[in-house]
Amino acid sequence: MAVFLELLVNGISVGAVYALIALGFVVIFKATEVVNFTHASLLLAGGYVIARLHPLIGFWAALAAGIAAAALVGALVEFLILRRAHVGSRGVLAIVTIGVDILLTTELTRQIGTEVLALGDPWGDRVLRLGPVTVAETRVVALAVAAALIVAFLLAFKFTGWGVAMRATAEDAETAALMGVRLGRVSLSAWAVAGALAAVAAMFLCVFPTPGLDRGTTAAAMKAFPAAILGGLDSTTGALAGGLIVGVTETLMSGYQSELAFLGRGIGDAAPFLVMIVILLLRPSGLFGTKEPARV
Amino acid sequence: MSEPTPTAATPTRDTPRPLRAALCIAVLAGAVAVPFYLEGFWLQAGLFAMSAAIGAIGINLLTGATGQLSLGHAFFLAVGAYSYVFLSSDLGLPTPLAAVAAVIVAGMSGGLFSPIAGRLKGAYLGIATLALIFVGQHILFNAEPVTGGFNGRPVPPMELFGFVFADTPELVVLNVPFGSLERLWFLGIALLAGAAVFARGVLRGRPGLAMNTIRDHEIAAGVMGVPVARYRAGVFVLSSMYGGLAGVLVALVFQQVVPDYFGMLLSLDYLAMIVIGGLGSVAGAVVGAAFVSLLPQLLTRYSDALPLVAEPGSGGVSPAETARILYGAAVVAVVLFLPGGLAGLATRLGRVRLKELRWAKSAPAPASRR
Repeated sequence: MAVFLELLVNGISVGAVYALIALGFVVIFKATEVVNFTHASLLLAGGYVIARLHPLIGFWAALAAGIAAAALVGALVEFLILRRAHVGSRGVLAIVTIGVDILLTTELTRQIGTEVLALGDPWGDRVLRLGPVTVAETRVVALAVAAALIVAFLLAFKFTGWGVAMRATAEDAETAALMGVRLGRVSLSAWAVAGALAAVAAMFLCVFPTPGLDRGTTAAAMKAFPAAILGGLDSTTGALAGGLIVGVTETLMSGYQSELAFLGRGIGDAAPFLVMIVILLLRPSGLFGTKEPARV
Repeated sequence: MSEPTPTAATPTRDTPRPLRAALCIAVLAGAVAVPFYLEGFWLQAGLFAMSAAIGAIGINLLTGATGQLSLGHAFFLAVGAYSYVFLSSDLGLPTPLAAVAAVIVAGMSGGLFSPIAGRLKGAYLGIATLALIFVGQHILFNAEPVTGGFNGRPVPPMELFGFVFADTPELVVLNVPFGSLERLWFLGIALLAGAAVFARGVLRGRPGLAMNTIRDHEIAAGVMGVPVARYRAGVFVLSSMYGGLAGVLVALVFQQVVPDYFGMLLSLDYLAMIVIGGLGSVAGAVVGAAFVSLLPQLLTRYSDALPLVAEPGSGGVSPAETARILYGAAVVAVVLFLPGGLAGLATRLGRVRLKELRWAKSAPAPASRR
């Protein structure tokens, strides 16, 4: 039982981090209708900046720099490339983001090489004991920070002018533009926010018990894709639920790997995708996604 | 009404028929002559490009013509390659039969995915197909009796009517020793030509129109009587069969199948190919495939002569990385500056020249032109 509880707590905290990534992904989709495959490399960029800067300027300043850098990269991608691409379909824009992802990931993984970069976080490998359950402190912080960020974000979405502009754009971009919403600013800010969230997520993905930032970190970031889509690409609640589902499934499957030996080694990595397939079979637009009104 | 208006959609009318025929024959003759002149390196690179072209034609039918994104193409290559090995080595099927069966197995696995492939659209499907890659890799590494696990399995050479596509028995044609690469070259050309002609037929006929309508306006397509979901699923199956065929060919060239090759990066390569070459056309797929698959090989071969490119393992930018950066940039550049891709550029240049000719002939300009 203790093992199960431990795995569950770990799963939820990892899930919260996935939810952060998925949230950025959903924000971009809502604001611009672009499926953003650059997300994994935004995350890598944020993590890389933190890892390189923390010995020089300390962890907190490095974290701020990493968040700023990832937000800047996101904004630049939007400003320099997507805004200038005049294409017929959004699908082609998705492929453009794949092109950008290839560029960024290749360069960053080349810089990282075979190293495993520590992030110099203040929590280290301390653990917290709650009765029979032992949890890494980083996980608890991750859960708290992710929850706080998500709540703050949902509130901002509801009550600030920026949030209203974003929602209006998601509803009907043309009408929003006629009402004076600056679509360029909306999509630029969406990309910047997504980058910032990705950088925070990168930090939590690379601290204890993970050894650090290495070239495999993008694979971890990939798990946010099923999180976003199984919740529904256009739903912030969905991103939250999807992240938690993916995190818990992955942790439980990895934790009980020895009992699930017939499924093969490393089933934890494939499990989120299997769950995604099952959910998509039952609900093609995700758990909380809007159904297409037209049936053809 | 009496005069048919020339449309841009039918390039056959732009180019005179005898010219086209001559061009085709010249290309074919060139392709046949290649093994007599070029060394093994180029043949291997060319064979990779051919296999990539077959796979790219398949994914261009899906992504370019129908607007359905797929990141799972590498999975179907893997299914094709491993099915060929399994069917011919373990079940003892004759190799040509195993190859055909492998393509069918790839199609069937695409069909199994059709409940999702038929219902999801565009980039949505792209994310869903990521599952194929991750689950596929998991199976390839773990189903060791069938896939050989991490080290993969050797590929038995193809044997067609007693003719073996391998280095033995020795064969010399016109003083050129014909090893496996030279022999496979012709098989590759035949397969690519067949794949291209078939895809061209699909794109030009009613299915092609239906696919393009689904891409451009799903609801309009449905209203006009196109069974949208069935078409999406069908094209997905077709494209996975193309993937399977490409997988069989690449297995024959490699002579060993390893799971690492069929990862996420390969799927991304295929998407880069069709964007760079030109979405929605057979020529685009072939041009893009040649570009993306030849670039790393060329850079590797000439790395010592090129500035900024270091030898692999020496710490600088390796040729493979340079290639990836270059074609990542090419994808972005093509979408920004060259809609229609490299193939589109060629037709546009051709059209401009033809227009100039026509204008020169029929000056002053016809009044009907607005």
